[in-house]
Formats: sequence, structure tokens, C-alpha cells
Amino acid sequence: MAVREMNWLPQISPRFCRILQRNSQVLRRTWMISFLPPILEPVLYLLAFGAGLGLLVREISYRGEPVSYVAYIAPALIAINIMYNAFFENTFASYVRMYYQKTYDAIMATPLNLDEIITGEIVWGAVKSLIATILMMAVISFFRLLVYPQALLIVPLAFLGGLVFGSVAMCFTALVPQIEVFNFPIFLFITPMFLFSGTFFPLETLPHWAQVLAQVLPLTHLVALVRALAMGKLEGQLLLSLLYLFFFSAGTFILAIVLMRRRLII
Amino acid sequence: MVVVCHTVVRRIGGCRTVGLSRPTADGNWLVDLNVAYLEMPEPLIFSKDLCKTFNGLKAVDGISLRMSRGECFGILGPNGAGKTSTVRMIYGFSPVSSGTLKVFGMDIQKHARLIKAKSGVCQQENNLDPDLTVFQNLVTFASYFDIPRANARQRASELLRFMRLEHKEHAKILELSGGMQRRLVIARALINKPELLILDEPTTGLDPQSRHQVWARLAELKAQGLGILLTTHYMEEAAHLCDRLVIMDHGRILVEGGPLDLIHQNVGVNVIEVESPSESLLKFVKESDLDHEELSHRLLIYTRDGETLFGKISEGFCDRGCSLRMATLEDVFLKLTGRELRD
Ligand SMILES: Nc1ncnc2c1ncn2[C@@H]1O[C@H](COP(=O)(O)OP(=O)(O)O)[C@@H](O)[C@H]1O
Ligand SMILES: [Mg+2]
Repeated sequence: MAVREMNWLPQISPRFCRILQRNSQVLRRTWMISFLPPILEPVLYLLAFGAGLGLLVREISYRGEPVSYVAYIAPALIAINIMYNAFFENTFASYVRMYYQKTYDAIMATPLNLDEIITGEIVWGAVKSLIATILMMAVISFFRLLVYPQALLIVPLAFLGGLVFGSVAMCFTALVPQIEVFNFPIFLFITPMFLFSGTFFPLETLPHWAQVLAQVLPLTHLVALVRALAMGKLEGQLLLSLLYLFFFSAGTFILAIVLMRRRLII
Repeated sequence: MVVVCHTVVRRIGGCRTVGLSRPTADGNWLVDLNVAYLEMPEPLIFSKDLCKTFNGLKAVDGISLRMSRGECFGILGPNGAGKTSTVRMIYGFSPVSSGTLKVFGMDIQKHARLIKAKSGVCQQENNLDPDLTVFQNLVTFASYFDIPRANARQRASELLRFMRLEHKEHAKILELSGGMQRRLVIARALINKPELLILDEPTTGLDPQSRHQVWARLAELKAQGLGILLTTHYMEEAAHLCDRLVIMDHGRILVEGGPLDLIHQNVGVNVIEVESPSESLLKFVKESDLDHEELSHRLLIYTRDGETLFGKISEGFCDRGCSLRMATLEDVFLKLTGRELRD
């Protein structure tokens, strides 16, 4: 069992897969509700932005080349969807399991330890991001907005992105005293990212300080990566974004486990 | 010739003899009993000076106990006595603040995973998985113990039958009554065929029918030789099920023993209850140095020889509201832990 003075490194065995099995069993009953949004949302957004805003902003410059506005925002919608799926899974849904259903308490009396439960939950959030991304890509492909085969790399990227936002979410879950408090991270973290990560307009239009600040936000890097893959324009600089996401998820993952131990192992 | 030395383990009257043996010329094994020694049966749970502190509050304050295999051991105490804190350390949920704690002879801090694999736990709150059906609850829980799916399904069906829940196999958790949920929690705790079953207040909040149903199942498990550790504040439950028990309060053990021994040692055999005792009776009780307790409008006299004393008291001191009854564990409990409210 994890003791406080013990080292902070997560103690994880493949047993965490049991959590994935448990959660996927539940999803088999509720998949319609879970995966309708990723199918419907892009259609709505593309209609609104394509037919509405797209008439005002027909083209936008991406790496010096003009692209249609819908082609510009479609990858951002995928990135946002990756963020939402993992973040909401590991905030509200995980909190309900932890706090109201006491599911973690029950599992902690079995050979699984807390680190494995939390790992399972975060990986599950990433799996949900991945499934939602595949569904969404299928829909967006109908609009011919994805360049294949490069766009296929968005699928594993969705998993990494899911780990990033799921780990952050798990940190909040370990900290909030009650479920309503999630409104703070949503208001202060998720919404600004939704708007200012190069999603709906290029970062270059922002003042310099805001551009620098945006580089800290993980969604900025995820959007940059998804957009490049969607348009089939890979370049070396993207490696930095990939590394940033990788280290960001590793750091927040360990932090989530440390915070969860502090909350639940008493 | 190569001499091979083997350690042989034989069962003699429940104890294990361990000795060196060597092969003889005719191919048999010779056990050298001169070096054999008797090993005490190892206790299922052993604790010494076990403590649990929550930010300076000593919830468990130096508990030493020993529970053997096949025994039903009870921890009794009022709310806040530290029962849950104690068992949560025993099933490896909550770190030990100080002291020694061994389960199956293994240190809980080093071998929590192994210990958990061999125990079944029924926590104080029902924490069944409401996202799953009754049957799925059992099979999914089995997966946490790496029990293969086919075995798990078979075991789940057996346990549902054992707990009289087979008709609810496909029900959702929220459709079950409190008693059924509790039985399902116990079934779930048995899914890994544990060698130790830990139950934290298994019948609190149940109606009498459900409670007796749970007791009947637990008695059956006990008869099969399963070691059961039980916390409760129902005296009847403890008297009914436990071979041995401790009464604890404020994190400490007050007394330890079998239910009957505890009654006899602490309150005697009988209790004489007198409603609104007269002054002369109170004086008599004090002068005769009788073990007694004065409550508001009620006097309790604890005695070993109820009949004689009762005759004396009912004739000489009271005309009504005077009764003689057998002493119970509840008398012990209230005498030792006091009568003031705890919540
Ligand atoms: N997580 C905790 N944090 C702080 N105090 C606690 C915690 N759990 C229990 N306590 C305190 O420890 C004492 C013993 O509690 P507990 O073991 O739950 O008693 P019981 O199970 O006998 O009712 C109580 O005073 C309780 O308030
Ligand atoms: Mg308790």
C-alpha cells in the first residue's frame, strides 16, 4: 500500500486494465448517450461556421497558404473533442465514482491499489477520447476536410491528448471539495483554451504576450498537431509540440496520483 | 552417495511438525524427529500496540489482539470507538500510524496486495457498483482478483443462491432493498474464496428479518471454518455469532473474552431492575456493598445469586416495578462504555 513517506513514483501493474474492463462494460449500456455528441457536434459547428461565419470569413491563411475557414476549424473541433471527452470523463464521471458511488473504496479492498485505479481511470478517459475522435473523423471525412493517410495519425494522437487532459482533470478531481467546484477549472482553464488556443482564429492575431501565454496551454499544441495532420502538412517543429504534450501528461499524471493518494489514503 | 536433506511438513493434531528427513537404504524417508519442532498455529490476525492517528486525534490507541483461524471475532463499541479505523488498517485500506499488524502472518505494510487477495471485505457503507447489475457486480469484482471469467460466473451464481438472491440476478442495484444490498455485499466479499472475512457493521440499519437472514448465512460460513472478523454495536449479534470479542471505546480495548465469560466476569449472572427505588433500598444496596448502577428513576443490581437476593429485595423493599432477569452483553457494554449519547 502506498504510504505517505514512501516514494512518490506510481506503483502500477497491468492490473489497471481491470478498470478499463469495468468502465467499458458500463459504456456498453450507455454508448449512445456518450458518443452522440462527437457525431452531431461537428455537423452543427461546420454548418454554423461554414454556412454562417464562413460567409464572412471565407478564407484564412495557414502557413502562408489560404485555406477555407471550415477546413481551418475542423481540426480544432477534433482537438477540442479530444479535450472534452477526457476532461469530462475524469472530472464529473470519475468524481461520481469516487465520491458518491464509493467505487474506488470497494476496489481498494481488492488486489488493485489506488495508483492502478487512477491509472485505469485516466487511460479510460484517453480511450474515450480516441473512440470519439474516430467517430468524429468519420463524419468530418464526409465533408472532405481530412487529408489521408496523414490524418490517420490523429488517432494515436487523440490517445496522447486524452492522457493530457484526463490527467489534468484527475488532479482537479483529487482537489475539489464538492462536485460544483468543477465550474472553476472549466471557467478558468477549459473555456480560455477553447477560445485562445489557435482554435477559431490564428494565434498570430493575438498580442505578443497572449501568444506566449498560449504556448503554455496544452490545447494549443494539440490543435497545431491535429491541424497539421489533417491538412497533411507535417514539419519538424511539430516535434516540439509532441514533446510538450508528452511531458505535460507525464507530469500531470504523476501529480494526479500523488494528489489522489493524499485524498483517499487516510 | 549423495545425501539429500528435505524438510517435511506433517500434520499432527492440527499443529505442524517440521523436521529434517533423509532417504534410507530401502528407499523410504526417515524423519528425524529430534530436530522437529512444534509450530504454534499462526494467528490470522495479530496486532500489537496498533495505533491510528488522524491529525493528532488518536482514533485507535494501542490495540493488541490475536485472532485464530476458524474463529469469529467481534469488535464491539459505540459510534466513534475506532472500530472502522481498526478494521480499515487490517484490510490494508488505511496505513498503520504505529505498532505491529500482521495478517496471515504477513506484515500489512509490506504485503498488502497478497493479504487483500486472500481476504473478503464488507465495508461499512454499501458500495456496490450502481452502474452494473447484480450479476455483473460479482463477475466484475471477481476480475479484480484475476479470477477467470468462466469460474467467476459459476461462483457468482453459487453465491447468489447461497445469499438467496438468485431471483435478482439481472436487477439493478438501486432496485434492491437494504437487506438484499447487504447480502450482495457479503456475496461479493466471498467471490475470491477468502480465508478471512471482514465485516464492518454488517447488519446496521436492517430490519429484523434481514438481520436474521444475514446471521443465518454468517453462521453457515462460520460452520465451514471461515475466519470472520466482525464489528458491531448490536450485542445480540455479537452474542449470537462471536466466539470471542473485545469491547472498545475511545480507541482502546476495555475487555476481551467469550460473550458468556464477559457477562459473568463483569456483571454476574442476573440483573435486578427496580423502578423508582426507595431510599431504604438504596441504603440497603450501599450497605451490603452490592454491585449496582443508579440511573434516573431506575436502579440496576448486578449479582451472581439472583434468586435469593431478588426474594429479599422484592419482599423487603419494593412492592412493584421490581424484576429479575438474566444479565446480557448489553449490560456489560453499557456498564463499561457508559450511558451518555455518542453522536
Ligand atoms: N478520515 C478521518 N479523518 C478524521 N477523523 C476520523 C476519520 N475517520 C474516523 N475519524 C475519527 O476517528 C474516531 C473513530 O472513528 P471510527 O473508527 O469510524 O469509529 P467507529 O467505526 O467505531 O464508529 C472518530 O472520532 C472519528 O470521528
Ligand atoms: Mg464504523
